Amino acid sequence: MLEAMLPFLREEYGNASSIHRLGQRARAAVERARAQVAALIHCEPGEIVFTSGGTESDNLAILGAVRASSLPRKHVITSAIEHHAVLRACQALEREGVAVTVLPVNSQGFVEPEQVRQALRPETVLISIMHANNEIGTMQPLREISSIAKEAGVLFHTDAVQSTGKIPVDVKRLGVDLFSLSAHKFYGSKGIGALYIRQGVTLQPVLFGGHREMDPRPGTENVAAIVGLGAAAQLAVESLPLQSQRLAVLRDHLEERILERIEDTGVNGTRVSMRDGEFLRVPNTTNLYFDFIEGEALVIALDLQGIACSTGSACTSGAVEPSHVLTALGLPPERARASIRFSLGKQTTDAEVDILLRTLLPAVERLRALSPRTPAKAHAHLPEVRIL
Amino acid sequence: MSFKELVLQDDPTCATELPARRGTLVVVAMSGGVDSSTVAALLTRDHDVVGLTMQLWDQRRMAQADPCAPKAVHGRCCSTGDVYDARRVAEHLDFPFYVVNFQRQFEETVVRPFVSEYLEGRTPIPCTHCNNHVKFGELLRLARQIGADVLATGHYARVEFDAERGRYLLRKAVDETRDQSYFLWGLSQDQLGRSWFPLGSLRKPEVRELARQFALPVAEKPESHEICFVPDGNYARFLEAYQQDQGAQPADSGGEVVSTDGKVLGQHGGLYHYTVGQRKGLGVAVGNPLYVISLDPASRRVVVGDGDALLSRTCFVRDTNWIAVETPSGGLLVEAKIRHQHPPAPATLFVEGNGVRVEFDTPQRAVTPGQAAVFYQRDLVIGGGWISGAGG
Repeated sequence: MLEAMLPFLREEYGNASSIHRLGQRARAAVERARAQVAALIHCEPGEIVFTSGGTESDNLAILGAVRASSLPRKHVITSAIEHHAVLRACQALEREGVAVTVLPVNSQGFVEPEQVRQALRPETVLISIMHANNEIGTMQPLREISSIAKEAGVLFHTDAVQSTGKIPVDVKRLGVDLFSLSAHKFYGSKGIGALYIRQGVTLQPVLFGGHREMDPRPGTENVAAIVGLGAAAQLAVESLPLQSQRLAVLRDHLEERILERIEDTGVNGTRVSMRDGEFLRVPNTTNLYFDFIEGEALVIALDLQGIACSTGSACTSGAVEPSHVLTALGLPPERARASIRFSLGKQTTDAEVDILLRTLLPAVERLRALSPRTPAKAHAHLPEVRIL
Repeated sequence: MSFKELVLQDDPTCATELPARRGTLVVVAMSGGVDSSTVAALLTRDHDVVGLTMQLWDQRRMAQADPCAPKAVHGRCCSTGDVYDARRVAEHLDFPFYVVNFQRQFEETVVRPFVSEYLEGRTPIPCTHCNNHVKFGELLRLARQIGADVLATGHYARVEFDAERGRYLLRKAVDETRDQSYFLWGLSQDQLGRSWFPLGSLRKPEVRELARQFALPVAEKPESHEICFVPDGNYARFLEAYQQDQGAQPADSGGEVVSTDGKVLGQHGGLYHYTVGQRKGLGVAVGNPLYVISLDPASRRVVVGDGDALLSRTCFVRDTNWIAVETPSGGLLVEAKIRHQHPPAPATLFVEGNGVRVEFDTPQRAVTPGQAAVFYQRDLVIGGGWISGAGG
């Protein structure tokens, strides 16, 4: 991936919009990357627009689709567990007078398609329901929702930042009109992403500038990052679905060992990996609660031992309010704050998972022994800590 | 002065060992200022240091409720600049550093009591509440949870262990002009035993010099004296904005200004605008200079009088905490300090219920409910408590 990017940070510094041959080579590289991304999600290269990442893709899809509609009154349907890039974009539309319905999720973390149907109004312009949730990994029933959307003639956007590159995806099979992805979720660089815009869907641009006519995203292309995204997409195509199978097994092993060795602990969202050959959650993450502790403290304790994990999502850590996703599942605030997320990657080995398990047990024990919320009976043992 | 009964006859043989063994993990509470940064630098020589900075307050909340808030504060998180400085110091010294969020606990144990104390006619000290509940409560617990035995801070005060009597002692800093023992009287034996104040035996210029020697990026940083969550020092406006933020009607819309003999002299806009001993801004004009003598929350009256009416021979103190002794004997002679800038005054303590009555040798000016009374023998802190009222 890095090898693919490097020439475009060195000698191949051409602007992809220039007429000269240096520029033409950059243009060719961008178009090659576009085809690679298209191959990853099974669409036409012409349906891919490069953006600065998931946030911009979500904003462009939602703001662009709703503003392009000529209906006198407009309505959007989304869910309570969306990423803030979706929720806040919808809030911005609310300030423009657009009605927004935020659907709840059940305790397992799923939107009920029937509720989507019931929320439809004659003025509904767009449904935006994420593919995989970024905190708990649950995957929404997009095919059922997209057929509801199609029947009603409503556009359907999905934030697929968390699923693309983790499991095989096919936008045609999912039946979506707009699909956001981000490179850094599958080993591309940060600050680059893409939006799939189905042929025939028109968006009103959010950014204005030069560049080619009819392009909803102006601005000089970040050639090296786009080339990296293309290479990452290519690698993902080659390693999926084997990689997702391996990670699901490793993740399930980690979850089982944790639940078996540590009391008062559980998985947030569904524990079921697959049903009828479809993933119900992304294979590489698990979100667990460890009652009586603060997730933030456990993240620090583990980091000092060389294990990087997070509370909630990177975007909400440091916030006062407990995660909106865990709260939407019905978790009380204490349990939501006692939750942390582990993510595995393609370099994660069985041995590393064993190290995590050996480190986690005494860390949780020590945190609980010193927590005022721990019931008096258990957890009297105070393990010693040596930082790495 | 000479004390009839010294709690400690001589300087005891105190533990000279470091509070934490060499090579063990120590957490440093980092504010981003020169003091705590120097502590971190000193401790990296013999210990594994982890720096923690507390996120305590979000200034943007108040900026929404208070459109008149200073522009510099708009859209700015509590101490974002200080967090940045602390992080730079940690990078410079190369130790792990984290920002931890205690906004919930800070609001509960510091900000709410701060507001309600003012509304009840007292003058609170938020720093002491923060020390008792947040810094040496939540943060110390977190430090222990992640593997440290002690929490080191940039306070100017000294802790010693008196092996003979099995008690941790708190003493004034060697640099008396910087001494912060007045704010630390509320610490329990357990909290003191897990606290480390490496600056207690240094003078401020020495600390600055050390900071320069360590090439700390904050070596020349000026000090702040404001209450951290009221950065412009206008606490009355903060109280109004906070009540509005809580969706509450202002609890105190004003009342009468009366003289000590009950004569109505004028009107005031809320008890919280006043502090015992205050002279300016009373809004009443008579011949002699007038001072706030007391604030009566029941009648919402501000009582004013001349300077002599401010003097009290007696001070009542509740919720005491004793450090050098388990409980004090009746008639103990001490020097009592009744606010941060007050030179300690000779007094006798009489235990009454769960508080003490303090009889000063000579009447003291402006005994102020809500402030702390801290009792000393020379540089030794005997204990302290919250002033509930004045007498005589």
